[in-house]
Amino acid sequence: MAFEDLYQEIILDHYRHPRNFAALEEVSDENIHENPTCGDSVKLDVKLGADGLIESVRFNGRGCAISVASASMMTEQLAGLSVKEALAKISSFIKILRGKGDTAQLAEWGDLVALEGVVKYPIRVKCATLAWHAAIDLLVAKSSEPA
Amino acid sequence: MVKGSHAAPSGASKVGYAAAFSANGRSIGGRTIEQIRSDFPALQRVIRHDGRENRVVYLDNAATTQKPQAVLDAMTDYYERSNANVHRALYTMGEESTAAFEATRKKVMRFINAASEREIVYTSGTTAAINLVAYSWGRTFLKQGDEILLTEMEHHSNLIPWQLVAKERGCTLRFLPVEEDGTVDLDRLPAVWSERIRLVAIAHMSNVLGTINDVRRVIEFAHARGVPVLLDGAQSVPHLPIDVQALDCDFLAFSGHKMCGPTGIGILYAKERILEEMPPFLGGGEMIEAVWLDHATWNDLPYKFEAGTPPIAESVGLGAAVDYLSSLTMEGVQAYEQELTRYALERLDAVAGLTLYGRAAARGAVFSFNIAGVHPHDLAQFLDREGVCVRSGHHCAHPLMRKLDVAATARASFSFYNTAEEVDLLVGALRKAKEFFI
Repeated sequence: MAFEDLYQEIILDHYRHPRNFAALEEVSDENIHENPTCGDSVKLDVKLGADGLIESVRFNGRGCAISVASASMMTEQLAGLSVKEALAKISSFIKILRGKGDTAQLAEWGDLVALEGVVKYPIRVKCATLAWHAAIDLLVAKSSEPA
Repeated sequence: MVKGSHAAPSGASKVGYAAAFSANGRSIGGRTIEQIRSDFPALQRVIRHDGRENRVVYLDNAATTQKPQAVLDAMTDYYERSNANVHRALYTMGEESTAAFEATRKKVMRFINAASEREIVYTSGTTAAINLVAYSWGRTFLKQGDEILLTEMEHHSNLIPWQLVAKERGCTLRFLPVEEDGTVDLDRLPAVWSERIRLVAIAHMSNVLGTINDVRRVIEFAHARGVPVLLDGAQSVPHLPIDVQALDCDFLAFSGHKMCGPTGIGILYAKERILEEMPPFLGGGEMIEAVWLDHATWNDLPYKFEAGTPPIAESVGLGAAVDYLSSLTMEGVQAYEQELTRYALERLDAVAGLTLYGRAAARGAVFSFNIAGVHPHDLAQFLDREGVCVRSGHHCAHPLMRKLDVAATARASFSFYNTAEEVDLLVGALRKAKEFFI
């Protein structure tokens, strides 16, 4: 096993300087997603533009380097997508991390390539997908809201 | 990034007490720590990561301990020579397995100074032992409106069984609070006490904070009010001399695998008078005296509580583990671990940004901590690369984590085979982790 595959410099950079990290005090704590095995938590806010596309994703929470970096990368990855596109991307990402998809796909998704090493550490997959599960819930709720 | 491995941490020589401790060539029961370590095959393990090799530094002893060769040999010998079901077998191998199974019961009896073998019930572990009490004793003697007194530091295995039985019987749980320093302030006992309390169930030693509770005082207080006391001994029995008659506890639950024995076996000690009053927990073979189609009578103690084929090979292993610990003496184990504890506290306190949870004066070698800016999971993963095994998470104590206001901690827990040098390796690895993540 290669420790440095897991903790690549890009991951540490996102961990130390998370993108789109915000206090999100206005977002209800009911929307907090938790990883019960370690108590990590994440809270998201998604803003849709007038065109229905995702304008911004922001997050708050506490977690390990893997979970914070993955949430940070996700906020960058989902901006500009339609809700439908975002949901498809999220489900592909989760599938890949669970070892059931093609990891080569990650290389086409910018910084996400750095999370490839997580696939070899099954116990850390939950860390890397926590924010993504939270995003599914939020986007599904958004898409069922009356326009 | 991180260079080298297991280099002596700088500044070690500045710690006066420490240097004296590590240089002194300690021994327990007449054997040096090096000799003791050579008894444990798993402690010789080399962990390889990224082309680096480190001798394992096993610091997860509160979760489970490593096993000496004597335990492994006893179990292998049992399976190779004497494997047969216990009791009622009239052939040689069955007699041997029964003799070994019952010999361990006697060893355990002596190890904790129980008054009789009838008070030693085999279970699958601490959790099963506490559940046995909750379901058999609790369902029989707890009534609507009764209360059970616990502490806020209990492991889930000494909390959930009581939640379940309380819900079923309409009882309420009360809690002795955990103070800031990780102790239970027994001066609060009179204020927390209620006349409806029917049982006290308390950890002898915390699996998170290392705190050793003054259980003798709790037992005296409860007994003065006619209330029995259960001790969760999962963390205490492997590290302290235990005398159940001197303690006068009514129940004591503990696990084999945390005291150098195999997994899958544990012990419920209970006073004979109380066991006699309790109905069986599990029904099946062995626990009966005579059976008709519509009713049955129960076997004598302790067999009334041992339904089904018991963990026989595991009992053989536990017997060897008890022999091993007895040869070292638990007084010797305790004295050595106390020195190790003092040294580890001194070294951990010297790590900038480290918050240690639990400052009890009476404590064992269990250290839960966090390092500012490094998540405990990242820390544990990093330490693994250095060959250092620690646990990270909530340690099956959610309510205590909430009280400490942390989501998780890292935990290093020591045993008698650990050394001051391993404390240094831990501290050195913690410093490297800080450099890596912060």
